[in-house]
Order: sequence, then structure tokens, then C-alpha cells
Amino acid sequence: MTATGGNATTGAPVFCLTEEHAHAGGGSTLLGFWIYLMSDCLLFAALFATYGVLGGSYAGGPAPKDVFELPLVAVNTSMLLLSSITYGFAMLATYKGRIAATQGWLVVTALFGLTFIGIELYEFAHLIHDGAGPQRSAFLSAFFTLVGTHGLHVTVGLIWMATLMLQVGQRGLIPENVRRLACLSMFWHFLDVIWIGVFTFVYLGGMLR
Amino acid sequence: MSDTVHAGNEDHGSLRSYLTGFILSVVLTAIPFWLVMTGVLDSKIATEVAITTLAIVQITVHMVYFLHMNTRSEGGWSILALMFTLILVVIALVGSMWIIYHLNANMMPGRDMGQMP
Repeated sequence: MTATGGNATTGAPVFCLTEEHAHAGGGSTLLGFWIYLMSDCLLFAALFATYGVLGGSYAGGPAPKDVFELPLVAVNTSMLLLSSITYGFAMLATYKGRIAATQGWLVVTALFGLTFIGIELYEFAHLIHDGAGPQRSAFLSAFFTLVGTHGLHVTVGLIWMATLMLQVGQRGLIPENVRRLACLSMFWHFLDVIWIGVFTFVYLGGMLR
Repeated sequence: MSDTVHAGNEDHGSLRSYLTGFILSVVLTAIPFWLVMTGVLDSKIATEVAITTLAIVQITVHMVYFLHMNTRSEGGWSILALMFTLILVVIALVGSMWIIYHLNANMMPGRDMGQMP
């Protein structure tokens, strides 16, 4: 019995656990994914800061009041909000092991997500057509970068969702798929949280400038 | 079923908690849009403060009801990471706005730079 924690037979000190205790497969995936989301949050913080700094630099071009259509933004916001609750329903069905209900709610979520992206692309096309493209002023550059990055995230989320629908269709709600669905759930709800910042500070705040 | 596929003590939420979160966020989205679109508050500053406060409340609602954030999930590591991130976000946002605001105030193109020594 050694007071220093050394190995009794060889006398060499041991400073770490030589045998890792058992972990369930993927046990730390959700925490790891949460850490990723936090790093993504920092990326968006940088883009929000850029917009906050450049949002008033119009270079003689259009101001937020001239280019933003709040009713369209309100529709877009409701699409994302509805997709959040339907994804919640998909997760509830997942934890009850109901494959058909999970797939059904995922399809509804994806449709809301697609509508969101469609409306955003329509808005972007409209702006660029009116000569209010990203190269017009620092305000529009910052706007397109911030909102475009969010839209890109939603698009990736939709591709991920389609992949998982195929996975669940082929293999069912195995533990791995439940874990993947839980990760996408965090990603999807996180994007909705970012959108709260976008519609509040970019669109509504822009109208008040 | 859920016990076997998902070891751990995370809160998965229930139909009731999702619906509560959804109704709260609909209300918290509708109010700022209504405030800005109708211009009920005369003061722009007051409107800005109101919509910012509502956004913070709505983000909290989403964190609690949709992302199931609490002090117990993942043994407290989730909330620790979130707190750390929030501090960094606040430093990045407030710091940038503060510095550039003063920079702009001192570099206004209207100011006659020729008078400077």
C-alpha cells in the first residue's frame, strides 16, 4: 500500500487511469454537438457585429426602409417557427418509437424549411434585381452575408433532414438514428434562435434606423 | 423504448412543453412586429428597447422549451458552455459597436480634416 499511488509491483508512479471506464456508444455526442453549436454561435456573433457596425453605411444607396418588406419577413418567421414545433413533434414521435409519425413530421418540417428558403431566395433575387445587391453598399454586403449564412445553415439542415429520412426509412429508429435526429433537432432549433436575432436586429431594427 | 435507446438524464420535453414554448414564441414574435409595423410607441428608442427585450425573452423561451436547456443536462456542461459563449458574444457585440461608434464619431467625412495639425 503506497501513499503516493504508485504501482505496488514495479514501483513506477501512475498518474492516470490505465483503463478507461466503459462509455455507451455516442454517449458524449450530444454534448460535443452542443459545443459545435456554441462555436457556430460565435461565428454568427461576428456577423451580427459586422452588421451592427456597417448597417448604417448606405454609400448613397437604399436604406433598410427602402428594401425590406416586413409582411414577407413575418411570413418567413412564421415558417421557421412552425418548422420548429413540427420538428419537436417529430422528436416526440421518435422517442415513442413511431417510425411513420416521425417521417411524417420530418416531411412537414422540411416543407416549412423549403418554403423559408424559397421566400428568402425570392427576397434576395428581388433585391439584386432592384440594384440592391451585396456590392451596392457596406450595409447590403453585411446584410447578405449575415442572412445568407443563416440561409446556408438552413439549407444544410434540409439536406441533413433528407439524409436522415432515408436512414430512418432503411434502418428504422435504431439508437444511432435517434441520436442523429436529436443532433439535427438541436441544430434546427438553434437556427430558429439565430433567426430571432436576425428578424429583431436586422429587419425590425433596420426599419427603426 | 425511450429508456433503452437513450441512456442519460436529459429532458426530452413533452407535447405540453413544446406547445407552451410554441405559443409563447408566437406571442413574442407577434408583439415586436406589431410594435414596428404600426409604430404604436412614439419613441424609436423605446421601440428598440422593447423589441430587444422581447428578443432576449424569446431566445430564453426557445432555449428552455425547444433546446431543453437546464442546469442539469450533461452534468452542467451544456449550461457552462452556453454561459462562456454568451460572455464572448456580449464582448464581441458590445465591444465592436462601442469602438466603431467612437471611431465613426471622430472620422465623420463632414469634418474638415484640413484644419487638423
